[in-house]
Amino acid sequence: MLRPFLLWKTANCCKDLTQAYITEFSKDLIPWGTFYEEIMFNIFKLATRNLQRYRRRTLLTSMLITLGVVAVLLFISISGSFKAMMIGQITDSMLGHIQVHRKGYLASIDSLPLDRNLKGKQVAMVKEILDKNEAVEAYSMRIKLGAMFSNFTETTNIRLNAVNPAQEMQTVPMLVDRIIKGKKEGLLEKGEILVPELIAKGMRVKIGDTIVLVATNKDGSVNGQPFIVRGILEGISGPGGRDGFIHLHDARTLLRIEDKEISEIAIRLKNMNLLDKVFAGIKGQLGPIKNKMDKPVFEVHTWQKLTPFFNIARMIDLMTFFIKIMLVAIVLVSIMNVMVMAVYERINEIGTIAAIGTVPNKILSLFVVEGFLLGIFGTFVGVVTSLAAIAWMNAAQINFDFGRQKGLLLAPTISAGDILTVAATVIVIAVLASLQPAWKAARMDPITALRHV
Amino acid sequence: MSLIIARQLTKTYIAGDIEVRAIRGVDFTIEPASFVSFVGPSGSGKSTLLNMIGCLDPPTSGSLEVVGQDTTQLNRRQAALFRGEHIGFVFQDFNLIPVLTVFENVEYPLQMVQNLPKQKRQDQVRELLKAVGMGDQGAKFPNQISGGQKQRVAVARALVTNARLVLADEPTANLDRKTANLIIGLMKEMRDEFGTTFIFSTHDPKVVGNAETIFTLEDGKLL
Ligand SMILES: Nc1ncnc2c1ncn2[C@@H]1O[C@H](COP(=O)(O)OP(=O)(O)OP(=O)(O)O)[C@@H](O)[C@H]1O
Ligand SMILES: [Mg+2]
Repeated sequence: MLRPFLLWKTANCCKDLTQAYITEFSKDLIPWGTFYEEIMFNIFKLATRNLQRYRRRTLLTSMLITLGVVAVLLFISISGSFKAMMIGQITDSMLGHIQVHRKGYLASIDSLPLDRNLKGKQVAMVKEILDKNEAVEAYSMRIKLGAMFSNFTETTNIRLNAVNPAQEMQTVPMLVDRIIKGKKEGLLEKGEILVPELIAKGMRVKIGDTIVLVATNKDGSVNGQPFIVRGILEGISGPGGRDGFIHLHDARTLLRIEDKEISEIAIRLKNMNLLDKVFAGIKGQLGPIKNKMDKPVFEVHTWQKLTPFFNIARMIDLMTFFIKIMLVAIVLVSIMNVMVMAVYERINEIGTIAAIGTVPNKILSLFVVEGFLLGIFGTFVGVVTSLAAIAWMNAAQINFDFGRQKGLLLAPTISAGDILTVAATVIVIAVLASLQPAWKAARMDPITALRHV
Repeated sequence: MSLIIARQLTKTYIAGDIEVRAIRGVDFTIEPASFVSFVGPSGSGKSTLLNMIGCLDPPTSGSLEVVGQDTTQLNRRQAALFRGEHIGFVFQDFNLIPVLTVFENVEYPLQMVQNLPKQKRQDQVRELLKAVGMGDQGAKFPNQISGGQKQRVAVARALVTNARLVLADEPTANLDRKTANLIIGLMKEMRDEFGTTFIFSTHDPKVVGNAETIFTLEDGKLL
């Protein structure tokens, strides 16, 4: 396509020279030089009419392509929004994007060990690094602890995050949305607790009730402290999804921690797409820091390492990939099939136009354009159908359940980039699939073709 | 100067182990604006000879000059371009393109082969359709006209490029006697009007009578 265009340009800017050249050396170059658009238009006209000639076959083939396009776009859109929603919920209401711990903390996180906390000095180091990092939007310092939860008649175990409410709300802004009962503003105050739904139900506590938390300190002694139930917290899937919340200050008094130590620093980025880059940066800064025994002090992880949902997300990506491959196969086979037939049926016509002087290139383009138009048509209908279906799904407010979470709203979206990629793939494959039959047509010997019955 | 000069022109087909000597060293010249017929029984080599003159099939040996050009050495693409510029074809089965109207069929070689600008093309097509008596049928599709009309359109298509030479292999084989004579008459008229050389082949002695120069072929040889 470049060559004709260039020649056409040349023909315009130095017409006389080109004209002389053309008259001098046969008409070979004229097809690509003089009336390129008109010829192209005519090729499209011929291709369109030939497609209309076998209307039912054309419709069936493009319907197949349409079906494939719709399947891929809807799958991308639904699985994509499901993925984005799950990831968004996990990162924005619990994990943050990146977390920093003391080396070895994560390996024993199930027992919420207090002796693996970051020391005040170490926390200050991380703080300094994060404050300087432009890509970091917010971070939250947490102490994670296990305690006994007592409503004065019964006792149960509870896992708790002790946080600074302002920091926590900036780092995981969707956490407040998980408060299903009680005041959302400000998350919580000193002396208050957000109780996970399951415990609230099991222990029959209501907003405003007083409960007692009893925790074992690092030195082995036990300490208790009363709290007022401030809100009930909805659980989400994954580890840590059913933890309660108290104020960081209360955790320090409950655990009798003097130093400003912290078990976990959750970090929120301004742009999640830069995750890998920012992660590498922070890891590069914290990784080399060693303690007196020459062992690394910190461990840094992205959200992907912290939740099993990442594997589900990866599985979805893999499925998307296979569905795309199927689309490519559908387009390839259906277009090639129909174009092979088209060439076979029109052998006589090919012989005729070749005999009266149509050059092989043009015969080739006649058939390639036919495949191209089939691809365009099928894709266009497919994209329109998919967009309509997506709009309908959004309007219909479809709900679904995931794990213990009920009534999640399905809000499928599709990006222009995805649509363009799928459309471009289909069209390129359509052209490739028609190349072989078209090439066969172009190479046909006119006499043999004319004699064909 | 002669339009076509053939010297010791030979065509041998090899089909498996069998050699078919379709044309066995013929010599002839054809002058511009002549009206020529090749006659002979089936299998005598008429189509083979016309295909060679028409640059559709290269000779096995001998020399062949068409419109001042040695055509024995042209490659595929060059041959296509040469045909598009100098030679018109009329076929036994009319071979109009079914998805194009009568007008568009005649326009086809001007657009897709010679790449003329629109205005010029349309003037020429109108002139030729009028000349073959199809001036008011331009909007019809080939399946809407009769065989004789199709062949008229085919003649117009062959002439529209101002070709020096029109080759017609059995142009009347699919037409009744009356229509056949009308088509041959039309070709002669066109020769008179445009000075184009017409060469047609036939095995029908009644049609041959219209020709001015008659070459008789038998077993690949000229009598
Ligand atoms: N492609 C080919 N391969 C082998 N032999 C061929 C081929 N084309 C023609 N022949 C042979 O060459 C000879 C001449 O054939 P040609 O078609 O030129 O005869 P024709 O005079 O046109 O006959 P008809 O009147 O039946 O059309 C025949 O014996 C034919 O079988
Ligand atoms: Mg024949």
